[in-house]
Amino acid sequence: MFDQSNLIYRYDGSFDGLLCCVFESYDKKEIPTEIILPDTSQTFLFTAKEIKTDIEKSSRVLASIPEKMGYDALNFIRRAFLTCAAKKELYILLFLRLGYRYGRSIMGMLTDDTVNTLFKAVKHLDNESHLLKGFVRFSIFNNVLVAQIEPKNYVLPLMTQHFSERYPEERFFIYDKTHGMALVYQPYQSAIIPIEDLELPEPDEQEQSYRELWKLFYDTIEIQGRHNPKCRMSHMPKRYWKYMTEFGSSPKKSHLKLEDTAKFLIP
Amino acid sequence: MDVFDKLKILTDAAKYDVACTSSGVNKKAAAGGIGSAAASGICHSFSGDGRCISLLKVLMTNVCAYDCKYCVNRKSNDTPRASFTPRELAELTINFYRRNYIEGLFLSSGVLKNPDYTTEQMIEALRILREEYRFFGYIHAKAIPGTDSGLIARLGMLTDRMSVNIELPSQSSLQLLAPDKSKHSILAPMKYIQNRIQENSTDIIKYRHAPKFVPAGQSTQMIIGATPDTDFQILNLTEGLYKKYKLKRVFFSAYMPVAENALLPTLDTTPPLWREHRLYQADWLLRFYGFTANELLDQQHQSFNPFLDPKCNWALHHMDFFPMNVNRAPYSDLLRVPGIGVNSAKRIVIARRLATLQFNDLKKLGVVLKRAQYFITCSGKATGNLKITQDKVLQSLMSEKTLGMYHQSFPLQSQNKQLSLFEQPSLLLSGYPQEDLQRCLTSPI
Repeated sequence: MFDQSNLIYRYDGSFDGLLCCVFESYDKKEIPTEIILPDTSQTFLFTAKEIKTDIEKSSRVLASIPEKMGYDALNFIRRAFLTCAAKKELYILLFLRLGYRYGRSIMGMLTDDTVNTLFKAVKHLDNESHLLKGFVRFSIFNNVLVAQIEPKNYVLPLMTQHFSERYPEERFFIYDKTHGMALVYQPYQSAIIPIEDLELPEPDEQEQSYRELWKLFYDTIEIQGRHNPKCRMSHMPKRYWKYMTEFGSSPKKSHLKLEDTAKFLIP
Repeated sequence: MDVFDKLKILTDAAKYDVACTSSGVNKKAAAGGIGSAAASGICHSFSGDGRCISLLKVLMTNVCAYDCKYCVNRKSNDTPRASFTPRELAELTINFYRRNYIEGLFLSSGVLKNPDYTTEQMIEALRILREEYRFFGYIHAKAIPGTDSGLIARLGMLTDRMSVNIELPSQSSLQLLAPDKSKHSILAPMKYIQNRIQENSTDIIKYRHAPKFVPAGQSTQMIIGATPDTDFQILNLTEGLYKKYKLKRVFFSAYMPVAENALLPTLDTTPPLWREHRLYQADWLLRFYGFTANELLDQQHQSFNPFLDPKCNWALHHMDFFPMNVNRAPYSDLLRVPGIGVNSAKRIVIARRLATLQFNDLKKLGVVLKRAQYFITCSGKATGNLKITQDKVLQSLMSEKTLGMYHQSFPLQSQNKQLSLFEQPSLLLSGYPQEDLQRCLTSPI
């Protein structure tokens, strides 16, 4: 029914959904040329094949991955799924097909184009999440730490552990504007929830004075005789500066009241 | 004086300290605490000079009883003075830390009254942080030469990393510029810290919860270019410190003229940044690439080649070592190829188990072929139509800017001559053995 050369899968965007695509690919002995999201507006010449998410199928695939190619590979594709790489779904499917064929050695096949593409994407993800662990800036409103980021990759799941270990007794909130999600934490429990928009309240006096102190420190620590903006830029690309206190992004005026920030936290 | 003024003065006074790493230890807060540390270290920002900001780097006080000629905080310098109270400092740290501005505190100090009194002040600030605020983040403290060892031991229990600054690379330079410090007063606390770390590591084996002494090890730093010490001496000293004192890092800082003194370079000298850069490159080669100081420099070559990095320089002097078969060569040999780094060498070792590597594969693994192609073969073959001419090789090993500088000092005189460095007297390279530079750049490849 479907011609191999123009087979398109449409899945629901979840990791389980993608695993069902893998199931389908083996079940029907076919390889898609594209795997798309339900809301992809791009019009294709050919109608896409709808892949329903079936937990029974996806859990069979999930169980088989560590068995056939090891936990490293499973951990790897989980992270690959978080990246912003183009056609990541298709590459993950092709990666798994290779994995079923070659077993554990798949993680060493670095020169294979599929594996290489995913490795680069995951490296990008890991780099970004590592940088953001440092570049996130919290403001304290009502004793809740609030931060905003705009990452390319979906890094929140990779930052959860770090910040939970860093601030075990605090309540904090990191809003990912790109993906419309937020990481919320209160002592000993965390969750990632969808959030539409976030506007920060005016900082209070104490918050404002610590911001000023930090800016003062930032400006003073530079050795003028070694000024090197290019070096700074390569270590800290400008796209991160937007939400960093030292570059004086004064928060927008907002209608959100202080006590409203508390409602984002888990009840 | 309010906290703003103090922070400004005490940051300004601390900024010439180079080390700002938060690496070397993995830990997380215990219940009721705050703070963690990652072994890789985390940079929280980068200042306008491109240096990483990881820790709140300040002095406890910039009042100083010593008069080291090269230092902004020397007694004789007319500069505003300030001191943090231990509580002010602890509060500032914890508030910066909560907002994720910093990974922890880097605390150094001028010598207030005497070394012991100063260290007691530092200990008090760290005690408030660790005990009252239950702070588990990273703390790096400077050991002040001349401090009582009992106090150093207490300081060490509160910190993750300690450092004693070597300051100047030789005893004679110290005598000249830092009359209050001696080689002995610097090396004694270094040795003491090393011994304590050693003892502590056996304690930890016996008792899992034994308190840790300086778990992230110790580091040091020295000033480059304030004294006539050569790169060879500095590199040998560095190697010695890694071996003998088990240091985690040795930092170099190009001398920024901060004082007018007949014994020092004049105020308008530019800091020898390229020299600092070459030393760091060599330092990396010592720590991660299995080179020794004597391979990189020797009695006859006391300074680094300004145009070539130490690894390329070594490779060009050892062409008998190449070309290397990437599919066979052991990891330690791969590391010696210009254009192959630690990461790409590791990837090569993994990937070649499953496939014979070709040149386009190497590119995927992150090898810089532009450099590496002159030194390697893949299954017996060199890269196709590789033209090995002097100019091509130089182009591949130097950046455009460096190549421009190189051509300035050795201009091409006419078209039919490839390089005129045989006749041209050296302008920029006075002091660098001419015939060796020629040999290294013109030896058959």
